[in-house]
Amino acid sequence: MNSEAATAVSAEVEAPSIAKAPAPVVELQGVSVRFGRRDILQNLTCTLSGRSIGLLGPNGAGKTTLINTLLGFYKPVSGSARILGHDIHSDLKTIRSLVGYMPENDAFISKMSAVSFIRMMAELSGLPSEAALERAHEALFFVGLSEARYRKLGTYSLGMRQMAKLAQAIVHGPRLVILDEPTNGLDPVARQRMIRLIREIRSDPEMHVVVCSHLLRDVEDCCEEVLILKQGRIVHYSNLEEERRANRRFLELEIYGANGNFTEAIERLGCECATTTNRLKMVLADGVEIRDIYRLAAERDVRIRRLNFRRDTLEDIFLRAMET
Amino acid sequence: MAVYKRTYRRYTGELTPGWSRFVVLYRYSRKSLLRSRLLTGFYVLCFFFPLFCALEIYFLHNLDFVAKYGFDVARFLSIDNKFFFYFIDVQGVLAFILTAFTGPGLISPDLANGALPLYFCRPFSRVEYIAGKMSALAVLLSQITWVPGLILFAIQASVAPRHWLAENWWIVGSIVLASWIWIAILCLLSMALSAWVKWRFVASALMLGVLFFGAGFGHAINAVMRTDSGSLIDISNLIATVWTSLFRIPIELSTTASKAWTMLLIVCGICLLLLMRKVRAYEVIK
Repeated sequence: MNSEAATAVSAEVEAPSIAKAPAPVVELQGVSVRFGRRDILQNLTCTLSGRSIGLLGPNGAGKTTLINTLLGFYKPVSGSARILGHDIHSDLKTIRSLVGYMPENDAFISKMSAVSFIRMMAELSGLPSEAALERAHEALFFVGLSEARYRKLGTYSLGMRQMAKLAQAIVHGPRLVILDEPTNGLDPVARQRMIRLIREIRSDPEMHVVVCSHLLRDVEDCCEEVLILKQGRIVHYSNLEEERRANRRFLELEIYGANGNFTEAIERLGCECATTTNRLKMVLADGVEIRDIYRLAAERDVRIRRLNFRRDTLEDIFLRAMET
Repeated sequence: MAVYKRTYRRYTGELTPGWSRFVVLYRYSRKSLLRSRLLTGFYVLCFFFPLFCALEIYFLHNLDFVAKYGFDVARFLSIDNKFFFYFIDVQGVLAFILTAFTGPGLISPDLANGALPLYFCRPFSRVEYIAGKMSALAVLLSQITWVPGLILFAIQASVAPRHWLAENWWIVGSIVLASWIWIAILCLLSMALSAWVKWRFVASALMLGVLFFGAGFGHAINAVMRTDSGSLIDISNLIATVWTSLFRIPIELSTTASKAWTMLLIVCGICLLLLMRKVRAYEVIK
């Protein structure tokens, strides 16, 4: 899907909620970024309004560049972007006060203790000294580093550093948290904890989270919307919640003892069907429930051995997007 | 909220004014500068010479007391422009040593572990970052150069006959200006070098190299090319020229004061450019 299509899709998604008029989290209007002669981002246009947004793409797709452009680290050669309604050209300071950022790479001062490092970051965000100290302790408790908060950051393990980076991103209570590869280098337990924390941050009704990752599982676990980038272009936009709901109507049955009657009966209910030897794929029509299928099977002495909701996984969506 | 409550909550309290954020960095940088006991000890040593100079002024104005011991102090000492020139000269050398060992430690820890994006993703600019870091070193150097210089001047002015102040008031400006140009050069040079090499010990060595090898290189150019232009790359010569002109010391030097001022300002400009090029969230690799 190209960028125009992404806009169209997002517009469709937003249409029912116009009454609530939620401010878009990220709006891109023809954003292009060029380093020397290389086009890194090309004419990105989309509107993202979800509480948790996933940025997906293979390595070198431009995910991190997009984040850095939104934070004002890189200047776009053309186009404009808005974060929470603020323009990145004219309102950068406001944006930076509303955003918390967790970078992909190591980012710490090795000789500082975690609590003084996080406190300093809070103070630089504008918190008074005492409030910053209180928030630093809270943030470190929140990410599970309470016992190690007086240790120097240089002595932390990779997983602990990731958590410390998350703590500095949320210490000033931002409205939008941008997480670049948050589960990089984490073991399964630490990864689970990171995902849980992201979900918990997201649960605040005024909070928004952007997760940038090439790990589909991470994005699938904690995001509602997904923007897939490839070679600096938007190739797919997907509202996972919408797709999950839509895919609940898609069934796959393994049956025994079927004859043509059963398929015809289902089609008479208005469902679309496709059969192979023992398998039946169908899209349930509106108003048709699964119990209706069971009833028809019982009436025609058809045994249903297996029934699955066949839904596209994020991997399916991603692989399809990569083929375009 | 108590610290044991681990849920996430947004901050809704008051924020500090934007202009004051660099003071945060100044506070933390100063704390890290004085973390080393060795350097703190050296910093204390830097006050010995001002104390000695204060005693000198005291003795000079208490000749009756000293004369009892048969020692004519007035023959050896006079408090004039030369006295303050030598004071700034000695303190300038101490300031250089202090900078060579502390200055590179200001920026290199941030660069070594990629902490710069965390500063600049906040409402905090690169200029504020440099100002915050530089002010920590500048205040430290001020405390051992122009501040004790002015205190000595005030002591002398308070105990000397009135005509002394009328004749020597211009020395105040010389003390401040001479100190500030040296502080600016030291701060910018140490920060620019540490930003480029990222390793504080190498940056310290480079700092020494720029001053000493610069002087040697300048002399070599002068000798080979039979010119005085080599002196323009010798920072120690440039600063000596500026100081002698500021304190009106009649010494013949190879460079004129105006050329020395211009070169020092160019050095400051180059250091600032180097800093602004390196001090950014991410480097753009074209």
